[in-house]
Amino acid sequence: MSLRNYFSSPTEPALLLAAAVFVAGAWVMPAWLAFLLTLALAKALVVLGVVIQMRAGLVSFGQALFYCIGGYGVGLASQYLGVGDAFALLALGTVAALLMALACGWLLTRYREIFYAMLTLALSMILYGVLVKSSALGSTDGFNVSPPSFLGWVPEGDARKRTLYLLTVFVAAAVAMGFHRFMVSSLGRVTEAVRENEIRVEYLGLSPQRMLFANYVLAAGVSGLGGGLTALASGHIDPDMAIWTTSGEFVFIAILGGTGHVVAPFIGAIVFSVLRTFAIQEAPNTWQMTLGITLLALILFLPKGLWSLVDRNKPEVSA
Amino acid sequence: MSAIILETRGLTRTFGAVVAARELNVRIAQGEIVGVIGSNGAGKTTFINMVTGYLPPSSGDILFDGNSVLGRKPRDITRMGMARSFQVAQLFPKLTVMENAMVALVAAEGTQPSFLRPLDTPQRREQANAIFEEFGVSRYRDALVNTVPQGARKLVDIAMALVSRPRMLLLDEPTSGVSSEEKFALMDTVMAVVRQYGVTVLFVEHDMEIVARYVTRIIAFYSGEIIADGPPKSVLGNARVQELVIGHDLNVNSAVGENA
Repeated sequence: MSLRNYFSSPTEPALLLAAAVFVAGAWVMPAWLAFLLTLALAKALVVLGVVIQMRAGLVSFGQALFYCIGGYGVGLASQYLGVGDAFALLALGTVAALLMALACGWLLTRYREIFYAMLTLALSMILYGVLVKSSALGSTDGFNVSPPSFLGWVPEGDARKRTLYLLTVFVAAAVAMGFHRFMVSSLGRVTEAVRENEIRVEYLGLSPQRMLFANYVLAAGVSGLGGGLTALASGHIDPDMAIWTTSGEFVFIAILGGTGHVVAPFIGAIVFSVLRTFAIQEAPNTWQMTLGITLLALILFLPKGLWSLVDRNKPEVSA
Repeated sequence: MSAIILETRGLTRTFGAVVAARELNVRIAQGEIVGVIGSNGAGKTTFINMVTGYLPPSSGDILFDGNSVLGRKPRDITRMGMARSFQVAQLFPKLTVMENAMVALVAAEGTQPSFLRPLDTPQRREQANAIFEEFGVSRYRDALVNTVPQGARKLVDIAMALVSRPRMLLLDEPTSGVSSEEKFALMDTVMAVVRQYGVTVLFVEHDMEIVARYVTRIIAFYSGEIIADGPPKSVLGNARVQELVIGHDLNVNSAVGENA
């Protein structure tokens, strides 16, 4: 079987190539850059969850709920269950996020537009409220996450950071390839159809709510994974992972990158992380203003996000 | 007489004090092409909306193939074999005509859409192309739906309803918004396909020329009630229908022509 047959589109080999470049970079880039990219890629996974909801016509202002559950799932399993393996911890964090999504998805996917946005926000703020009031979970300070092992191997110092970076790159590449397939899959395209005309989807014999529910659970899973990776990389979790400004940041990155392609959230997350790092360094008292002006400029000049710079040569199809 | 495919018993719908449909008793046999006529507010669309599950009736029952559809969701009724199109074509405007058809094909497969199998497969593309050929919209297949002409949009809308090979099709004003030059061509195309598939059709229409040419039976509505029901010549020649629905005398022989 040729490569052409194996890959569903040029996106997949391009993702593998990008992953190879990121992997090679692990041995040449400074530690601070590897750390920044680890967090950026982890955030990109959460943003991917926001993006697939946007493609279905729904904006989640509460995706931090699953980001936080993923992070706390990792932290709690490490602290209280004695789980030390990074893969097992990530699996537990992701499963915790999926379970939460299964529990509240049926309710949320009955709502649309601002009601959906506000309900997602409300749920994440309920979690935030519970966490800040819970001294057993570290209250506002949160708690530290022990350094993980990797299938029995316990690297130290820079090797640990590099391993976490590499793990994040592999996970991000695998998720991106999977989500690329999802976005062109029957379900992925039908959720876009739901955004365009829900009544028509219903009269074709499909349940729009069921499509949105599946989409919501998928978004939660990938966001939980992002939260888990963040917890492992930063070694700390706190209730701010669930606060509304964190969710707002994910929406910001989704707008920055665009929703047109699976790669867009990764571009958005990396650009955002670099921009914020430099904004804090160069203008520590006004860095939020820098981000605000960037968002304003983006909406004015690139309303479809940075991805539209890549996609702009694609011809408009008309009759 | 063929088996009854759709039957309504005492179907009533009120909106506050307004009675939009009153005690409607309709029996439609398999293979019939039925036109529903009536002035604005007569209850035609309310009737279609109740039958297809969009609007719950206040009282009465609806039987499709002998089974009550009361309380069922539109998608369940579609899966039972009753499809519909809309007065304003209900499509996915930012998807191409091909993608619209493929979404309809996925729905018609009767299974839940796959997470990983692509929407665009050679098999679905082939099926969609065959549908486009039948409906004469092949040249628009790669265009975004919101850029194609109104007549073609209507055809795509009806084609999507027929993709699941329903046994009954309800059309709500299929020629509304279509130019007078295009309307007969549109209806010729649709009717050729539904006859080929053996689909029972019930359609709401304001245009008496269209109704008279294509239907085998007419049901005339006025103020939520049925005032006439029968062959086109008898209903269109009915003085009450001419006064309350058509609004003028109609040369019935000329309008009905050979369809009488």
